[in-house]
Amino acid sequence: MADTQGIRQQASVAALADAADGSRTPMIRLRGISKQFRKTLDFAGRLAQRLGANVRDEIVHAVDNVDLDVFQGEVVGLVGESGCGKSTLGRMVAGIMPPSSGTIEWKGRNIATLPAAEAKAAKLAVQMIFQDPYASLNPRMRVKDIIGEAPVVHGMVPSAKLDTYLDAQMRRAGLDPAFKRRYPHQFSGGQRQRIGIARALAVQPEFIVCDEAVAALDVSIQAQILNLFMDLRSELNLTYLFISHDLGVVEHLSDRVVIMYLGRVVEAAPAEDVFASANHPYTQALLSEVPRISGRKRAFSGVKGEIPSPLNPPPGCHFHPRCPHAMPICREVAPALKEIAPGRISACHLNDQA
Amino acid sequence: MAPTLEVRGLRTHFFTKAGVLKAVDDVSFSIEKGKVLGLVGESGSGKSVTGFSVLGLVDPPGRVVDGEIIFQGRNLTGLSEEEWRKIRGRDIAMVFQDPMMTLNPVLRIDTQMIETVLAHEKVSEQAARARAREALTQVGIPSPDERLKAYPHQFSGGMRQRVAIAIALLHRPALIIADEPTTALDVTIQGQILYEVQKLCRDTGTSLIWITHDLSVVAGLADEICVMYAGRIVERGPVDAVLDEPLHPYTRGLIGSVPSRNVRGHKLMQIPGMTPSLLNLPPGCAFRTRCPRADDDCLVEPAITEPKPGREVRCYHPHLLDTVA
Ligand SMILES: Nc1ncnc2c1ncn2[C@@H]1O[C@H](COP(=O)(O)OP(=O)(O)OP(=O)(O)O)[C@@H](O)[C@H]1O
Ligand SMILES: Nc1ncnc2c1ncn2[C@@H]1O[C@H](COP(=O)(O)OP(=O)(O)O)[C@@H](O)[C@H]1O
Ligand code: SF4
Ligand code: SF4
Ligand SMILES: [Mg+2]
Ligand SMILES: [Mg+2]
Repeated sequence: MADTQGIRQQASVAALADAADGSRTPMIRLRGISKQFRKTLDFAGRLAQRLGANVRDEIVHAVDNVDLDVFQGEVVGLVGESGCGKSTLGRMVAGIMPPSSGTIEWKGRNIATLPAAEAKAAKLAVQMIFQDPYASLNPRMRVKDIIGEAPVVHGMVPSAKLDTYLDAQMRRAGLDPAFKRRYPHQFSGGQRQRIGIARALAVQPEFIVCDEAVAALDVSIQAQILNLFMDLRSELNLTYLFISHDLGVVEHLSDRVVIMYLGRVVEAAPAEDVFASANHPYTQALLSEVPRISGRKRAFSGVKGEIPSPLNPPPGCHFHPRCPHAMPICREVAPALKEIAPGRISACHLNDQA
Repeated sequence: MAPTLEVRGLRTHFFTKAGVLKAVDDVSFSIEKGKVLGLVGESGSGKSVTGFSVLGLVDPPGRVVDGEIIFQGRNLTGLSEEEWRKIRGRDIAMVFQDPMMTLNPVLRIDTQMIETVLAHEKVSEQAARARAREALTQVGIPSPDERLKAYPHQFSGGMRQRVAIAIALLHRPALIIADEPTTALDVTIQGQILYEVQKLCRDTGTSLIWITHDLSVVAGLADEICVMYAGRIVERGPVDAVLDEPLHPYTRGLIGSVPSRNVRGHKLMQIPGMTPSLLNLPPGCAFRTRCPRADDDCLVEPAITEPKPGREVRCYHPHLLDTVA
């Protein structure tokens, strides 16, 4: 236990020092990453358009000009309300979805211009684990094929050694190798998540994107999986981008936390600082709503207003309609992300005056 | 004062092809006027079936096979469907995880709400509309007149859940059973709903049963907690007592499993193994195969005891001396 803590702190301190002096290359570096989705018109819309109505395809800015560095050995937590673009960002990091604009660097090199063999290696090195372990596992494949397929295809294991390799992968994810001939439906939710983890780890990745990886699990099973993530981190020297809407989980695991609101990063800082003294009004509002076992008979308050539609985000600071500190400038000018302390950035006009 | 609801020895079983599934097996609890009871447990532990039983909503192959459900002094078990219908919605209302269980997608909100009012009361349509408007305001929906004219799909998930709660409020029921109503919502929206619900119980004296798998939500909301495991209540008591000095090994494991500030970066306490299938429970204590305190005593099913005043536990070896660090 104590040494996990030690490793965590060391890693985070190192990462921050590097972030501050810019001397070490991050594992993943995003610059100006955006993703737009076009919501095409339905039949009624197309008809209206042909009749001369002023309707057009709508564009969702799912991710809007995001910069992000993740350093070797770090766990970066990515949080925000539903629809703010977390999964979209995670998919771009994992190379499952191309960005609409911006660059992604893997260990200092733009992945868009890497030679084919290196691009393939970079892609294998980043693996993704999803929320719904059932939907992401092929129901007609046996567990041994689900886990063993990619390592064989990519020539990582000779077929003669596959069996031993599989056993080791399953054991490491806390699965009994005796079950390797079974199908996904023959496992519980927690076990299916372990299969997803074993599959991701079987290609020996360095970087894991976890998208709501424990959200569907019961608390006692969630604790087992979170402990497994922590063990694997120190055992395999893994780096994580950990996406979750559960701030308790993120606080528990992360060295650094990135908060998104409607496609933009609004704050990023070491986890301890965020949870002790959030800078951005949105982060503050979010944290005040986290239910905690220690908070008895508390008065809930709730952030005012609804999550606005990403189809039509408010101008200026996206958060202004819900922000208790909104000023006239907030309705017009989008605040830039600024360093407010070493290793801490926030995008709020309140920091302009300071 | 007599409790609003008292449930004694409730057993609800499902007679399936694979065997008898004891979804609720000897469950007892009570709730006073204006109080909030948190019913906590992991998925499949029988929380929803307990809620459905109290509302007379268990359908075949399920059946309430034993127990008493005493609501405002009257035993509801054995009522006819028609008698149940009079109580449901008027005296006891339910809010589901999915608000679309309550809402009709093809009807405007005002139509649905007015119909609900008129189902139990002979009032003018105008009075019913006024009542609907008031209920929407009560759950914090802005511009209720405009919202009354909308259809459910024009609302966000959080707004839909508020409308469902507003519908539950229409007859000012004495008891609301809320089954994981905020589980699918963002914390900010959950906070808004918890705020409204809290205010409501305080202001109107409505009793509330809040069903959830999330201990931290009941910590902030409930007066009393019942912890369910495999169809049984294994621990019951005032919220502070249960969370600060859990008696049952399962409650203890559950609390230790929740990531929190004091264990940041450390390993979480974990309960080994998984929830057993209700179709083939191990004989004796259902928690036995996962319990660090299990011994030969536990091969025989433990009964509920009251080792401390106001504290109930179903365990031979409860944690009586130590508190959670
Ligand atoms: N394939 C797609 N086509 C069109 N719109 C999309 C697509 N994928 C995502 N979006 C939109 O982009 C925005 C961001 O979606 P994303 O799934 O990244 O959110 P999220 O933060 O992961 O939310 P959640 O917490 O609900 O998982 C949303 O408005 C979503 O509707
Ligand atoms: N209609 C049904 N037929 C058969 N079994 C059911 C039915 N409804 C619920 N059950 C079973 O009863 C048990 C308790 O379910 P439930 O009360 O829904 O759990 P939860 O605590 O998650 O709300 C589960 O094992 C579930 O599979
Ligand atoms: S920029 Fe203005 S509206 Fe946005 S968070 Fe800061 S104070 Fe609030
Ligand atoms: S009765 Fe025995 S097995 Fe059950 S919880 Fe108590 S000590 Fe554990
Ligand atoms: Mg997502
Ligand atoms: Mg349920």
